[in-house]
Amino acid sequence: MQGPGDFEVSRRDVLKLGAAATAVPLVAKGQAGSPAEAPVSTQLSLNVNGKVHALKLDTRTSLLDALRDHLQLTGSKKGCDHGQCGACTVLVNGRRINSCLSLAVMHAGDKITTIEGLGTPNKMHAMQAAFVKHDGFQCGYCTPGQICSAVGMLSEVKANVPSHATTDLTAPCALTNPELRERMSGNICRCGAYSNIAEAIADAAGVPAAGRSA
Amino acid sequence: MRPFSYEKAATPAAAASAAAKNPHAKFIAGGTNLLDLMKLEIEKPAHLIDVNGLALDKVEATPEGGLRIGALVRNTDLAAHDKVRKDYPLLSRALLAGASGQLRNKATTAGNLLQRTRCPYFYDTNQACNKRAPGTGCGALAGFSRQLAVIGTSNTCIATHPSDMAIAMRALDAVVDTVQPDGAQRHVAIADFHTLPGDKPQVENVLKPGELITSVTLPKPVGGAQVYHKVRDRASYAFALVSVGMIVQKDGTGRLAVGGVAPKPWRVEAADAELPRGAKAVAAKLFAGAKPTHDNEFKIALTERVIEASLADLRRA
Ligand SMILES: Cc1cc2nc3c(=O)[nH]c(=O)nc-3n(C[C@H](O)[C@H](O)[C@H](O)COP(=O)(O)OP(=O)(O)OC[C@H]3O[C@@H](n4cnc5c(N)ncnc54)[C@H](O)[C@@H]3O)c2cc1C
Ligand code: SF4
Ligand code: FES
Ligand code: FES
Repeated sequence: MQGPGDFEVSRRDVLKLGAAATAVPLVAKGQAGSPAEAPVSTQLSLNVNGKVHALKLDTRTSLLDALRDHLQLTGSKKGCDHGQCGACTVLVNGRRINSCLSLAVMHAGDKITTIEGLGTPNKMHAMQAAFVKHDGFQCGYCTPGQICSAVGMLSEVKANVPSHATTDLTAPCALTNPELRERMSGNICRCGAYSNIAEAIADAAGVPAAGRSA
Repeated sequence: MRPFSYEKAATPAAAASAAAKNPHAKFIAGGTNLLDLMKLEIEKPAHLIDVNGLALDKVEATPEGGLRIGALVRNTDLAAHDKVRKDYPLLSRALLAGASGQLRNKATTAGNLLQRTRCPYFYDTNQACNKRAPGTGCGALAGFSRQLAVIGTSNTCIATHPSDMAIAMRALDAVVDTVQPDGAQRHVAIADFHTLPGDKPQVENVLKPGELITSVTLPKPVGGAQVYHKVRDRASYAFALVSVGMIVQKDGTGRLAVGGVAPKPWRVEAADAELPRGAKAVAAKLFAGAKPTHDNEFKIALTERVIEASLADLRRA
């Protein structure tokens, strides 16, 4: 309920919410709806980082849980599980998505790239190297999502996808600092490492950093 | 999340008839709203029909000079489409003001139209909510209603429709194209597509059981200067408090639809007609009969100011 900026509920409001909860009989979790059914499992293959894996999964398994819990690719992180933080960002056929809000069964046949597939400690992707060089993290929890997102974001700029910060929709996109920040707004960093993250991405993209527009 | 079975639909008509056969089935497109709600057990489908394989992902010119947008066109691709940027910039702007880059890469035209409210009481299954659990009451009416609607509401529900895209489509007079389980097609003006809560807030649109959206059609471009102005609690990645989608012609006439204030994209013809007379006159017509709460009455004054700011933007453009 505390989606990104959707509801900034203050302490007073929480009390109000609590009061409403006690004034009204609690709504039972099992409301009229679908009948409870037994878990359904399904056989599928997932192409992750160039390797095809055969899996048997409960249909409910998110792409994120398939990666982390079934393929032991724990680089992708679970921050919120509701599309609100970007920690789970991976690339699917080159496009960045939130892997927590997608089902694994919907990705048979797709090419999935996670942070592990972008590069390795010995052979880092340019974006990974730029994050190291610019100290683009503190605790590191949001970092794999930031890096995958940044790589996807640069392809979007290259493909001339506009953003909310784009002034002229009919001109070619340029990665200015306001553009970069708007385009990366789907990745939240609790440590607030934003300025170094922006510098790392700008460096990897070959555009001037901080405040200046290209 | 409740267990569910899963199938991939082969054709739009097959998807619709499969959905009609199973009252507990739901279509899934991008999944960015449905899965969010399924995790919270607010949505509890026992069967999912994946429509992603259907060939509904194209943006095509219509013989009338308009644009037919496939139900599965991703929000990113629609916002980036050359024709949309050039001829319907309001739609690009509205899409780009919504969600995040990652979410727009998955979110589809149809899914965006059908996304459900972000009312905090709807999201909290411990709270009373007539929309989620009909007949239990409305937590928001008695509680914290800053984000909720000021007009078009009823005494059962005051939730807003959260879509930015739909505001632009309302101002552009889009038409929602569907296929029904028997294969028949329907074309519903967006003005009539979303419904007001009345005494059935759980019903949000005119779709019948199993009916599948196949596309959204825009009439030929209306020209004019176009702006989408969204005001929110932070600069990005947040839903609207108030948003205004506006088109103004050289002679000062125009049209507008407003988001964040009503259970559906809010447009009032009498308000359009007041555009040459300025924001105050427009807002008076838009909000005739409004029933704000103490917490959200600020939205009426805010909308008037956003209209004024939008008019100023357009004068500068
Ligand atoms: C953190 C967050 C922030 C967001 N911020 C914004 C914002 O600022 N502005 C905004 O506008 N939106 C915002 N969104 C919402 C987002 O735009 C929607 O989740 C998205 O557009 C839904 O599209 P989808 O394809 O993923 O739908 P799905 O989740 O796949 O489906 C949604 C509904 O549509 C039905 N459906 C899908 N396709 C069809 C069809 N062809 N015919 C009939 N029924 C169909 C499904 O059964 C389901 O009921 C946000 C979402 C998140 C998670
Ligand atoms: S406003 Fe509507 S959605 Fe919100 S609690 Fe009341 S009935 Fe539920
Ligand atoms: S874990 Fe997916 S967006 Fe937060
Ligand atoms: S580095 Fe800690 S959350 Fe970003």
